[in-house]
Amino acid sequence: MRHEQIEKSLNLMVVLIVVAISIGGLVEIIPLMFSSDATEPAENIEPYSALRLAGRDVYVREGCYNCHSQMIRPFRSETERYGPFTTAGETVYDRPFQFGSKRTGPDLARVGGRYSDEWQRLHLTDPRALVPESNMPGYPWLLENTVDPELITAKLKALRLLGDPYTDEQIAGAAAAVDGRSEMDALVAYLQELGTNRRDRR
Amino acid sequence: MPAFWHWFIAAGTILFVIWCAWLVSWSAKQGPQNVADDDVVGHKWDGDLQEWNNPAPKWWLYLYFLTIAWAVGYMIAYPGLGSWGGALGWSQQGQYESEMQDAAARYEPIYEKFAAMDFEELSKNADANKLGKSLYASYCTTCHGSDARGATGYPNLTDDDWLWGNSEAALTATLKNGRGGVMPVLAPALGGDKGIDNMVKYVQSLSGIAEPDSDAMSAQSMFLAVCSACHNADGTGNQVFGAPNLTDDIWLYGSSDDAIRTTIVQGRNGMMPAHGELLGDNRTKILAAYIYSLSK
Repeated sequence: MRHEQIEKSLNLMVVLIVVAISIGGLVEIIPLMFSSDATEPAENIEPYSALRLAGRDVYVREGCYNCHSQMIRPFRSETERYGPFTTAGETVYDRPFQFGSKRTGPDLARVGGRYSDEWQRLHLTDPRALVPESNMPGYPWLLENTVDPELITAKLKALRLLGDPYTDEQIAGAAAAVDGRSEMDALVAYLQELGTNRRDRR
Repeated sequence: MPAFWHWFIAAGTILFVIWCAWLVSWSAKQGPQNVADDDVVGHKWDGDLQEWNNPAPKWWLYLYFLTIAWAVGYMIAYPGLGSWGGALGWSQQGQYESEMQDAAARYEPIYEKFAAMDFEELSKNADANKLGKSLYASYCTTCHGSDARGATGYPNLTDDDWLWGNSEAALTATLKNGRGGVMPVLAPALGGDKGIDNMVKYVQSLSGIAEPDSDAMSAQSMFLAVCSACHNADGTGNQVFGAPNLTDDIWLYGSSDDAIRTTIVQGRNGMMPAHGELLGDNRTKILAAYIYSLSK
């Protein structure tokens, strides 16, 4: 039977497998790289400031994305609770984006300003002090760790190489902006900004 | 997105579906279907054990064709082929908008009915309070607790003590615009450690926690000079500034020596975030009435 012609010819089989598994990516991913909706920042979206960028890296390091998404889907049940649905243009400066895929905790895409700084600090240190029902772990060491000013300058430079429009002043001032700040300060600054650059919050 | 990419997506998708259809029919068994080929794959185990090279069952093959036909129908009905919007006119955004419109048509009249009611009456309406309770669960529990009894630094809403007042105007303003309750750092004004200790004692004596002994009373003139501007000369507080009443037994940040000392030495920054945009006017009023009802 004919299937033997493919199954017994290794080279042909390899070619056909590559075609089969790459076609989805070719038509779904590559065109997006040329779509301004996905590559250009939405209105009011700016690159992360030095402190917030440091906070974002803490967010990634501690694996917050394992339990929190940053992706509000276009359903009423989601937008009523979290705010307007997420658009691609909001995440152009996220490398990698923090959409996440699982919500053990709530979505954080618009959490900025929903709680006070003090609440965030206390809640990150000991979640059950504020929300007895919470099963979120505490992150008390963030209060003691400080942000590395040299590293943050290098990060900003690297991001500029990738095309993020950081100015010379921003890079020159990066080290001073995070000097002496704890990782908690950075993470709270990051969280408090999430979603706040949109004009409509509902 | 440039038009080229729309064509790229459409062509890629269509060609791949055609290719799938061709591959399945090409590799399917040719010729009469119900005759065995007596074909074996060529290996022999244990002397006489051989593997037949028979085609998969027909229903299995037809499933392949069914999925291909499904793909064709799906691409005609829904957007997927480049800029093709789909014969059904469905879009993600359109579905979201109609969902929102349906909800508005259903719920807005209910909200409006309640929002038109008198505040006092609204706070006693069981249906409105049911709504208020679910709003409370969505927006308030994380700080004020699911039982509304608050936490250290986050006011208890079930007692009858109000930092900013419980009139309709005060409650709506709190919900809409948020509040900032600032206790400034006042230790430097108190003249050293002893002065702070005495002030802690005096503040405690206002509500009867500590004896108004000579140490405590020595801070009275300082209280009148420094603290009374917000907390009032008799310590009963002032709802204009959100300054707590110091003469009752309700303590936002605690009444221990340590807690009061920290308040005086480091100050406090109570912050209620603004919820006006999230709630809108009607729901703000329903929620305010529910919170008002909690302290009854």
